[in-house]
Amino acid sequence: MIWIDVLVQGILLGGLYALFAAGLSLVFGIMRLVNLAHGDLIVFAAFAILLITGSTGLHPFLAALLAAPLMFAAGWALQRFVLNRVMGKDILPPLLITFGLSVALQNGMLEIFSADSQRLAAGPLESASIDLGPVTVGTMPLLTFASAVLVIFALNRIFYTTALGRAFRAVSDDPTTASLMGINPKSVFAIATGLAMVIVTIAALYLGMRSNFDPSIGPARLIYAFEAVIIGGLGSLWGTLLGGAIIGVAQTIGAQLNPEWQILAGHLAFLAVLLIRPRGLFPRAVD
Amino acid sequence: MAYTVTTRTRASSIAGIIALALIAFGLVLPAFASRSLIQDLFFILTMLTLAQLWNLIAGFGGMVSVGQQAFVGIGAYAMFAGVILMGWDPVPAILLGGLAAFLLAIPMAFFAFRLTGAYFAIGTWVIAEVTRLLIAQWKTLGGGTGTSLPREATSDIMGVGAIASLFDLRDAAARDVLAYWLALALAVGTMAAIYALLRSRTGLALAAVRDNDNAARSVGVDAARVKWLVFLSAATMTGLVGALIYVQTARISPDAAFSVTNWTAYVIFIAVIGGIGRLEGPIIGVLVFWGLQTAFADYGSWYLLALGLLAIATMLFAPRGLWGLIADRWGIALFPVQRRLIFEGA
Amino acid sequence: MLLSVQGLTAQYGQFKALFGIDLHVAAGECVAIIGANGAGKTTLMRSITGVLRNAPEMIRHNEDPIGALPADLILQRGIAMVPEGRKLFPSLTVEENLRIGGQVRRGTGRWSLDEIYSLFPILKDRRHSPGTALSGGQQQMVAIGRALMSNPELLLCDEISLGLAPVVIRDIYAALPAIRASGAAVVIVEQDIARALSVADRVYCLMEGRVTLQAPAKDLTREAIHAAYFGATA
Ligand SMILES: Nc1ncnc2c1ncn2[C@@H]1O[C@H](COP(=O)(O)OP(=O)(O)O)[C@@H](O)[C@H]1O
Ligand SMILES: [Mg+2]
Repeated sequence: MIWIDVLVQGILLGGLYALFAAGLSLVFGIMRLVNLAHGDLIVFAAFAILLITGSTGLHPFLAALLAAPLMFAAGWALQRFVLNRVMGKDILPPLLITFGLSVALQNGMLEIFSADSQRLAAGPLESASIDLGPVTVGTMPLLTFASAVLVIFALNRIFYTTALGRAFRAVSDDPTTASLMGINPKSVFAIATGLAMVIVTIAALYLGMRSNFDPSIGPARLIYAFEAVIIGGLGSLWGTLLGGAIIGVAQTIGAQLNPEWQILAGHLAFLAVLLIRPRGLFPRAVD
Repeated sequence: MAYTVTTRTRASSIAGIIALALIAFGLVLPAFASRSLIQDLFFILTMLTLAQLWNLIAGFGGMVSVGQQAFVGIGAYAMFAGVILMGWDPVPAILLGGLAAFLLAIPMAFFAFRLTGAYFAIGTWVIAEVTRLLIAQWKTLGGGTGTSLPREATSDIMGVGAIASLFDLRDAAARDVLAYWLALALAVGTMAAIYALLRSRTGLALAAVRDNDNAARSVGVDAARVKWLVFLSAATMTGLVGALIYVQTARISPDAAFSVTNWTAYVIFIAVIGGIGRLEGPIIGVLVFWGLQTAFADYGSWYLLALGLLAIATMLFAPRGLWGLIADRWGIALFPVQRRLIFEGA
Repeated sequence: MLLSVQGLTAQYGQFKALFGIDLHVAAGECVAIIGANGAGKTTLMRSITGVLRNAPEMIRHNEDPIGALPADLILQRGIAMVPEGRKLFPSLTVEENLRIGGQVRRGTGRWSLDEIYSLFPILKDRRHSPGTALSGGQQQMVAIGRALMSNPELLLCDEISLGLAPVVIRDIYAALPAIRASGAAVVIVEQDIARALSVADRVYCLMEGRVTLQAPAKDLTREAIHAAYFGATA
């Protein structure tokens, strides 16, 4: 019985990791760029929500609604004014710029917000739970997972049914030919990074409501996100959700055996998948 | 027309002579330098070596690793294990550090080489994290809180007594001199080896691998072999440096020994600011870094924030670093690895 | 003048590919550009369409200097290209490939999805296949349709017959009258000289980055072309 509970909790935890991962996957899929500051941007968004709740008294959900357009603007500007200048065949410059950004963001937040742990107060929702027969699940984890499903569903709709999604795919295939279609690949990149930051805001919302956060935890979120993406297979958003669930389950199983093994178990699951299926569980056909 | 292929320039011949003089000077320096200068030089030399090694795999080989802390950490821990568990003298135990890093690099390369392009970077980071978490489970070496080298081990390190009487120093200062000499040897050895490697056929192959894997394969370069060779060698050397640093520090913990900031971020910033893909780059970079560190390290996170922004600005406005600016302006190369055609009689 | 190119130079790194090209295209005209492999035809097309940037005055569109504009703005001015090698987007279906061509449309020109499907009926049957699953000839039709979807007033076609069987080439060229009837000027880059001469009003011949011949198509002799194409006859 306990193992069913562990499994369910793990899958629900995977929803959070899928939220971490979706933005990373989106950006990589379109411009082959890995943003090493992705985790720190999640933490940054969590602090942004915290500031808004603190100054307006709004519930975190509403505060996130306000933070999302700001984060979109920040992502758009980061891409437009910084990363677009170095996009090209050589992956080294954009990679190192985002690495520099990661260090700068972490330490900037440390100065502004101190190293203290923070939390987004979600009221009664925090402890609410739903009884599902054999297991009792927290409302918050359930909500996180549902949001992850929704985000991925929405991203898929954008990708496959809208003009913007068509442009995303075309630019991902071949930016030069896309520009011959009147599309400016750099504008598309900027929109994509902005969109990724909206997802980052959603991820930050749940991160902050479910657990404590402080300026130093970004890199670990980046790593979970990355593991979910690789397990799922590059370019497959539903695969990313599965990847998140696999890491989540591995972590809860590890924690059940020995609390110190939680994180390690997640990493080992990732390495095992990489060993058996180097291209992930759902590799994209064309690449 | 008769021609020869050469990588030598006039500046490089002069630089070679100056380098030899500097090494000789470095060797005898402890006879009259202050202890704090020796300690600073130890820091500069070890960071320089780490930066050269990262530059080798990332700048020359295109393998952008952000997991170098794995090799520093495992090297340091292996040295500790040699001293604490096997009763070795710390200095020969440094070799264990190199060995451990080599052994770790094999699975690391095996996994990370499966990841393409930018994902390689995070792949190396994950493995470094896994290693840190595993080491933190090693209770005999202090688990998550770490441990110190036992006093008996640090009090009679081989050679320290001789150095102490040679320079008429106290033991602690003599230990610094020994560590400094070892750091000098590692730095010079590393740079000489990288220079030789880059000028060899393998160096040519490495450039081909970085610029385009597929093209390299089609002209008969065994890209995989070259990548393995370079990655494993750099890891081994990084492990040696890590072990040496912790002989000097004498106190270890997983968080410090596997610190991404200390052993990868700083190292990357040194290479970026000085100039990636050139031997001269990290030399300038480490001097600038040391200057900044001395002047601003007290500002803590403001300092790190500024370093991060400086690295971003360098990548944007001077992507080939300070040395790139110098080379563009005066066209000099102290350690040239580009091949040039010399037409005889022209 | 719809398009005029003056003293256009282009280079890849140290390698000079074009040495002062002069060329013009009037509204509604059909111009052929011929030349051996490596003559610089594709480089010329890439310069006009903004894939390669040049000094502004080297290329003019309706007398405006456009040499330095990026590709997306060139398209918005009404210059579309069918690139060499077709370059369909592999992640897009046939219909999506066509739609993306019309994503930035000018005015209410003639071309629409339905018009393209009536020009190339076979594409309608394959509309939901990935673009790259089609035969070479069908892919070429998609590439032409994609370029037309923006309602260009100048259509550049870079080696549309490359690698295709003669009957397929005939089918594709059969679409040309309809394209010209829509009012668009057409530039055809070809290695198939006879084909180029049969459709063009005027012909330019390129050799090693220079224009070696320009004349009305009907005035050209085999000898003149041969000399311009391969250099002075020995
Ligand atoms: N991307 C490139 N890099 C370097 N040289 C190129 C490139 N593209 C074309 N060239 C060179 O420029 C010249 C002209 O090429 P191109 O314009 O493709 O000729 P054409 O289309 O007439 O066959 C050729 O010598 C070719 O080798
Ligand atoms: Mg061509």
